[in-house]
Amino acid sequence: MKYADEFRDKTIAQGLARAIGAEAESQREYRFMEFCGGHTHAISRYGLEDILPANVCMIHGPGCPVCVLPASRIDMAIRLAERPEVTLCVYGDLMRVPGSQGKSLLSAKAYGADIRMVYSTLDAIRIAEQAPNREVVFFAIGFETTTPPTAVMIRLAEKKWLKNVSVFCNHVLTPAAMHNILEGPDIHNGGRIEIDGFVGPAHVSTIIGTKPYEVLAEQFDKPIVIGGFEPLDMMQAILMLVRQVNEGRYEVENQYSRAVTREGNRRAQEEVSDIFELRDQFEWRGLGLVPHSGLKLKQAYAQFDAEMRFAMHEVRVADNSACECGAILRGAKRPVDCKLFGTVCTPEIPIGSCMVSSEGACAAHWTYGRFRDHQLRRA
Amino acid sequence: MRATAYQRKLDIKNGRVDLSHGAGGRAMAQLISGLFHEAFGNEWLARGNDQAAFDVDAGRMVMTTDSYVVSPLFFPGGNIGSLAVHGTINDVAMGGARPLYLSASFIIEEGFRFSDLKTIADSMGEAARAADVYIITGDTKVVERGKADGVFISTTGVGVLADGLDLSAEKTRAGDRVLVSGSLGDHGAAIMSRRQNLAFDTEIASDSASLHDLVSLMVAAGGSSIRVMRDPTRGGLAALLNEIAHQSGLGFRLQQEAIPVKPAVAAACELFGLDPLHVANEGKLVAIVAPDMADAVLAAMRAHPLGRDAADIGEAVTDNHQFVQLSTSFGGGRIVDWLWGEQLPRIC
Repeated sequence: MKYADEFRDKTIAQGLARAIGAEAESQREYRFMEFCGGHTHAISRYGLEDILPANVCMIHGPGCPVCVLPASRIDMAIRLAERPEVTLCVYGDLMRVPGSQGKSLLSAKAYGADIRMVYSTLDAIRIAEQAPNREVVFFAIGFETTTPPTAVMIRLAEKKWLKNVSVFCNHVLTPAAMHNILEGPDIHNGGRIEIDGFVGPAHVSTIIGTKPYEVLAEQFDKPIVIGGFEPLDMMQAILMLVRQVNEGRYEVENQYSRAVTREGNRRAQEEVSDIFELRDQFEWRGLGLVPHSGLKLKQAYAQFDAEMRFAMHEVRVADNSACECGAILRGAKRPVDCKLFGTVCTPEIPIGSCMVSSEGACAAHWTYGRFRDHQLRRA
Repeated sequence: MRATAYQRKLDIKNGRVDLSHGAGGRAMAQLISGLFHEAFGNEWLARGNDQAAFDVDAGRMVMTTDSYVVSPLFFPGGNIGSLAVHGTINDVAMGGARPLYLSASFIIEEGFRFSDLKTIADSMGEAARAADVYIITGDTKVVERGKADGVFISTTGVGVLADGLDLSAEKTRAGDRVLVSGSLGDHGAAIMSRRQNLAFDTEIASDSASLHDLVSLMVAAGGSSIRVMRDPTRGGLAALLNEIAHQSGLGFRLQQEAIPVKPAVAAACELFGLDPLHVANEGKLVAIVAPDMADAVLAAMRAHPLGRDAADIGEAVTDNHQFVQLSTSFGGGRIVDWLWGEQLPRIC
């Protein structure tokens, strides 16, 4: 597979692993958080943990939009989909995510709600055109990468004079979440966050650029290396982080330079800022309420805002009290430290955010890596 | 069947199935004789009884049944009809048996085109003849428009086992080799490529095929050293090996580099975020074979056109956790787990 296999080459990986091993100082531990679910997936799927030296340890961050969507927003979407006039269009990976009562969009669909799996915002436009008598709502989720397609959808609906289209907006912002993790009080570690640096978002950064991370690196003295989702990207980004730590630097560096610039995609940024504005706060499953971390539609686009159009009520739902997702997302605990992991909380019946999608820290460890727990126990 | 009163001929080209074709009257009789008998043509059907009587050799028989609801009905490499024959023949063959007879049940949606039904029935007849298997009894029902998606087909198959052959998952032993008959994921990728909301251009065709011939070569070469055979349909290789791991109480260790996947299938999976090891196949088999006979069985597989790309991809290992583990081509390790949730509904 051209343009993919080049970034999965075993020999180059071994070379990078040797370099990391040689440069990482043996007496200290390096704890890096890879922010995105795409990173987590690559680590698990290619078995990167087996290649990295034992004192370089990866912490799986909150960058999986499905995982961090709070149960309350799923409840709201189910309630919306149960309205007889509504056709709810959702990305497939949301279908199984449980709301607060264990009910998911998949089960709501089985009970008769008109819920359609779509692969693009344009599918929703097509459905709306074909069914002018239905209220077609797009369940918009995701980080900065998926916001521009939602903006395009709204522009298109406007242009086509579609009166039956709206968006249930759940778009969230990565720098705000990184800020929250770095600042967040962590009772388990006496207020300290045990993260030495970040492998920063890949696809998100193609849109927002590397600039928004600069203030974080500076404020918290943490190196951030923007890294791609291929396994060699990850290895290289980790090597760059090790070097920064060794040299005492706290900079934003760009490993993913084949796709990311400092300024990002201006056109996409303009589209987004034309249509969306910041919410005062937004709830993240596992992190709680994070200030200025979510987007909503501007007043001028209120007709496309499902929350306004259907007078949707905010609901709040408490996470399971035994669930350690918050600590896991901050890197303070590992999946196996949670009592629920692999007992009542599995990918089939996820309790916490990290088990919800295959990109979540717990689901990735359960699906791809749990054999290592037993190897450790044997050793 | 000889009609006693005048009856208008079935308009295969432009006609459509209506509710009378499932009502038990003359319209139904005409559909059966004009379309299904025509396609399946054999002495049992010609007798027109509600059941078929047939002779079998003394010994053990196997029986299996399966329903087919694939969407779309027509896809590169086959259609729901050929799939309904291949799939059931393969389930018989995976027991090491020689398939003999099939039944076929049709649930047809009102308004379905005769021409499409004929294409489907003809493919079934062709697939059955190619496998030297007869479709000897069947049933037709018609439901109102909107109550089914075109046509659903159920087939039941019977076959006979060679003396002394008793393949079963619990016979797997640590050290046994895992053989696959060819590249994985072709069927699932072909179906994906034709889904309305996923459509992409590709040369990938479904691998749908009857595997009993290949199986008979393997049985001749390996006999009882073949512990178990299965075809990796829904859930793919991953589901199949996890099933056998649970049934045998063992684990598996696979080498990613040894697992055959076509570049076009790998690319399609990459695009949709799927793992080829979870994607369905309809013309591939996996055999767990005692280590001393594995090479002989593999050679027998490669001598058959449907096993040309057969490969030894790993081994059964002692593992209380019954993990299926993969050494990645990147040099790391990971679990190959069951698929959770639904990857692609109505794949077969």
